[in-house]
Amino acid sequence: MEFRTTTRRTFLGLSLSLPLGVALSACGSDGPGRSSSGKPTATIWYLTGQPAEDVRKGSVERFNKANPDVAVEVTLFENDAYKTKIKTAIGAGQAPTIIFGWGGGTLRSYVQAGQVDDLTPWLDQNPQIKDKLLESTLPAGMVDDKIYALPTDRIQPVVLFYNKRVFGKVGVEPPQTWGDVLELVPKFNAAGVAPFSLAGQSRWTNMMWLEFLFDRIGGPEVFEAVYNGEKNAWSHPDAIKALTEVQKLVEMNAFVKGFSSIVADQDADQALLYTDKAAMMLHGSWTYGTMKVNGGDFVSGGHLGYMNFPPVDGGKGDPSNTFGNPAQYLSIYSKATPEQKEIAKRYLASLVTDEEAKAWIDVGSLPVLKGTESLLEQSPDADFLKFTYDIANNAKHFSQSWDQALSPTAAEALLDNIAKLFQLSISPQQFADNMNQFIGK
Amino acid sequence: MSAIASGAPAGSARRAAAPHTRDRVLPLLALPALLFFVAFGVVPLIGVLVLSFTTWDGIGEITFSGLTSWREVLADPQLAHGLWVTFQVMALSWLVQTPASLLLGVFLAGHQRYRAVLAVIFFIPLLLSSAAIAVAYQALLDPNFGLGAGLGIDLLVQDWLGDPKLAMGVIVFIVSWQFIPFHALIYQGGVRQIPRSMYEAAQIDGAGRVRQFFSITLPQLKYTIITSSTLMVVGSVTFFDLIFVLTQGGPGDATRVLALDMYKRGFQANLMGPASVIAVIIVLIGLGLALLLRRIGGASNPAASQLDGA
Repeated sequence: MEFRTTTRRTFLGLSLSLPLGVALSACGSDGPGRSSSGKPTATIWYLTGQPAEDVRKGSVERFNKANPDVAVEVTLFENDAYKTKIKTAIGAGQAPTIIFGWGGGTLRSYVQAGQVDDLTPWLDQNPQIKDKLLESTLPAGMVDDKIYALPTDRIQPVVLFYNKRVFGKVGVEPPQTWGDVLELVPKFNAAGVAPFSLAGQSRWTNMMWLEFLFDRIGGPEVFEAVYNGEKNAWSHPDAIKALTEVQKLVEMNAFVKGFSSIVADQDADQALLYTDKAAMMLHGSWTYGTMKVNGGDFVSGGHLGYMNFPPVDGGKGDPSNTFGNPAQYLSIYSKATPEQKEIAKRYLASLVTDEEAKAWIDVGSLPVLKGTESLLEQSPDADFLKFTYDIANNAKHFSQSWDQALSPTAAEALLDNIAKLFQLSISPQQFADNMNQFIGK
Repeated sequence: MSAIASGAPAGSARRAAAPHTRDRVLPLLALPALLFFVAFGVVPLIGVLVLSFTTWDGIGEITFSGLTSWREVLADPQLAHGLWVTFQVMALSWLVQTPASLLLGVFLAGHQRYRAVLAVIFFIPLLLSSAAIAVAYQALLDPNFGLGAGLGIDLLVQDWLGDPKLAMGVIVFIVSWQFIPFHALIYQGGVRQIPRSMYEAAQIDGAGRVRQFFSITLPQLKYTIITSSTLMVVGSVTFFDLIFVLTQGGPGDATRVLALDMYKRGFQANLMGPASVIAVIIVLIGLGLALLLRRIGGASNPAASQLDGA
């Protein structure tokens, strides 16, 4: 009898521990310390995905070679997994010395919890670093007028890519206005080509459509009201109009079949574009480099076209406005040791150099640093670089992606409701009602 | 039942032979398991219970907020939706898995050589990790680059993971594909325990194969069925990894089971309080279902208990 009750409890225990085990498995550990070589070591987590992965690993290698007394150790994660992992690691006190991110609302939550260091005094002592950064990249790394995250990497506006081969075959011209877009959709569908490629399972991909439609229809003020916590800001008539336009697109089959199960981390959305299965794709400029690597002669053969999102007739937004990542941002973990923080600062300084800028330009990306014009012109990707450079510099508003600007709680609610909106399972009005509850949260 | 009746006196006879050492050794033997259970079962469980009465974003300070999280979750229609989706996964995968693994187990219980070879082949899906399975199926089912498009079979070119009903069907199919071998193994063991003499007697009485199956095999497997069902049902309450990788709970929230809802709230929306509430609810449901199935099976059955540990 005794024996039997024990097994029964053990069994129940097994069943109990499962959900917790799942939760626990999400919190891995990669604590601070020293590398196997025994040198003082700072840690950093970066994202996978070529060609950026090699550039980032390259800058770490360069730093380690130039600084033989210390080391920076890099670990790589997939984009969507990283966003969850880093939050958990910070909460568990196990974050890397250098925290990679996109600034905005997530950074604010780190700052409020005292998890990242204020970099303002360091930058005041080293003005040459701050002076080399493009001014437009700084605000998203600032909270309450202090700099908590240093802009690095590259500027990534979201642009409308199109496949010139497909446009030629169907015999149509790239859209100049939103009206043109709506007219093109049935033409591509009739030709058996998906009008737009979209990796809908990742959700932030769908969000880019809303960002542009909100802006082009109602101007940047509509989302700024949400950001500033104004009551019922999502119910603005222009917001409802933008939400309705998106659902109209879904109903017209403007997005590729099965879009809601396509994942951006696997680059299948880009593959649809360069294999002529889709005509257009709204995506971040970083996909240019990926398509160049994966798409055969698609990019080098001049088959890839690009433009800023077209204006909507009668809309209030300036057609030069854009969305995306003004930069990527690096912060220093406040619980790292002073020794590690010193290494981290030396590493950050090593990223604000012409060498780093050149590495980004070489893969068709726009660096966050000043004084790169001549390098940009010499690049084999000069056309695309000039295009993104102009977008970034001429934009009246270069807004941060919504999910990065908002707090993590509001961002998750937003992404959740966007997925349902694209699934047509909620109406624009329901979307607004659901999201109004999260304003200011 | 007769096994228990005869088992009890045997146990007490042994105890009478060596009363002192056995009483002292038994708790010691249970100690390692108990320590693990407390460390990885009880302690986190208490932690989750405490967290469910707090507000915490996973990054900053934990503040107690009484029943706020509970009220929030219980008033959220997402909870009812999550329960319904979880129930669907549970019921459908039980309905698919039980008959299939029962028949397969009976088939594999035979001692013929080709059946032993087949048993090894059937076992393969169980050796693969759920994440790997999910990624592989995701690629196979892709409407644009998947199996259907590659082979040019239009029937296979469906929006498998993008249509709510199909996505649920796909999940049930993959879960079954993955776990039928495991349950077949349990049934195989169960069938092999049935005394041959029963079948011989039935044969003499003129019972055919089908009659033997329904009159001997099935009744004799009662406890095995309950064990296997418990593992399936309780397992599907906490099922997470495959769905997380395959659909992320989508399209929309069509496949967002309770465990996934918990994860999303806790680790994506930074709402650890409400996530802990869901975790407590999952624990209670799992506990309730396990107890219910034990009641159905009669409280005590040593064979089933041994398998529970597996």
